Amino acid sequence: MKKLLVAFSVACIAASAAFADPAEDREALMKERGKIAGDLSKMAKGETPFDAAVVTAAFQTLQANAAKGVDVAALWPEGSVGDGESSPKIWEDKAGFQAAADKFKADVDAAGAPADAAGLGVAFGKIAANCGSCHEAYRIKK
Amino acid sequence: MKRLIAALLALGAIGAAAFWALTAPKRLPEADIAALAPGDAQRGERIFWAGGCTSCHATPGDEPSDAPALGGGLALKTDFGTFVVPNISQHGSDGIGAWSLADLANAMQMGVSPDGSHYYPAFPFTSYARMKLSDISDLYAFMKTLPAVEGRAPGHDLGFPFTLRRGIGLWKLLNLSPEPVLALASPSPAVSAGQYLVEGPGHCGECHTPRDFTGGIDKSQWLAGAKAAEGDGNVPNITPQGRDVGKWSESEIAEYLSSGFTPEFDSAGGEMAKVVRNMARLTGDDRAAIAAYLKAVPPHPNGYPAR
Repeated sequence: MKKLLVAFSVACIAASAAFADPAEDREALMKERGKIAGDLSKMAKGETPFDAAVVTAAFQTLQANAAKGVDVAALWPEGSVGDGESSPKIWEDKAGFQAAADKFKADVDAAGAPADAAGLGVAFGKIAANCGSCHEAYRIKK
Repeated sequence: MKRLIAALLALGAIGAAAFWALTAPKRLPEADIAALAPGDAQRGERIFWAGGCTSCHATPGDEPSDAPALGGGLALKTDFGTFVVPNISQHGSDGIGAWSLADLANAMQMGVSPDGSHYYPAFPFTSYARMKLSDISDLYAFMKTLPAVEGRAPGHDLGFPFTLRRGIGLWKLLNLSPEPVLALASPSPAVSAGQYLVEGPGHCGECHTPRDFTGGIDKSQWLAGAKAAEGDGNVPNITPQGRDVGKWSESEIAEYLSSGFTPEFDSAGGEMAKVVRNMARLTGDDRAAIAAYLKAVPPHPNGYPAR
């Protein structure tokens, strides 16, 4: 019994550590997306030369990021309203929000690792469209 | 005593007559409209996107389009009640397909409907009043090329006394004027062009400026940001003292209006996402002009309480 209790407590602590503050987790996730977009945008527009190594690394990070982002239930759990940016619509329209997260992941995965500047431009445009459409529906004004 | 009552009644009648006269919907001079050259649809398209008509009038849920269906129906929930955006498509009876140029100009600049009643200022005619009539003529020509959409939107759902449209006549005396908001000392051509776009068709101040107790724009805090009229949150301060826009360079502001990305690669959210889609259809020069103007406006602290 004691062992069970200890195991349970450990599990609880681990769980609460993992989901210590979903608001912070999701903010970090969004910040990382913004940073990648920033790193790639100049290259996507042809303002800086195409660098395959940078692009491949960026897309790997972005794919991992998007994979985390589809766990909407963990990142935007019930009751974690009030970070000043997440719109109540996230909880009112869970299916729609999940679909938006899934679409982002699908678009990121479909991009793979663009091999040249033209491919990057197309992929970047498709992926970046997700930022605006999702923010329009699920983010409140600051 | 009888004489006193008679005097009071007479005064009351004069007061009522004065109210009635003061609040009468006024129209633009017919001659001004008759003197206009025929509108040009191609030029009108630019005015259409600058004016952001689709942001409110597009049928909710429609995908963005080059020739949007302006069926209306979007419900704006405000402190005054719920405004339902009307159909302004080219449908003859459900939309504005039967309107003359004078009807459109009077709606946009005087806030008066073809049958002579006041529009609620949820429709930003106080900004459109600063537009050139020739631009409205071009806009009219462009709107003629857009599809007709069947179906009328339901009416507004407002609380008393806002149901009394006649009262808007008084509000207009205080708040409706074709004069520019700012008197800028020797502005550059770009700043002037930006001033026209921001203060007129772009109607940026309608959301980005706090309102006074009458519900009119508080020009002493022009573009200082405001509590959102609808929904949660604040609309940001876009004067040089604003937390974000104030620090951005002109090219960064222009880029934001084109792609929706801030210099930190955050992206526009809420209603601003729609605005950016419209602004992206303007020319690069137009966006640069808006940016130049935003750098030329007087700085103000935030027009909304800290959170």
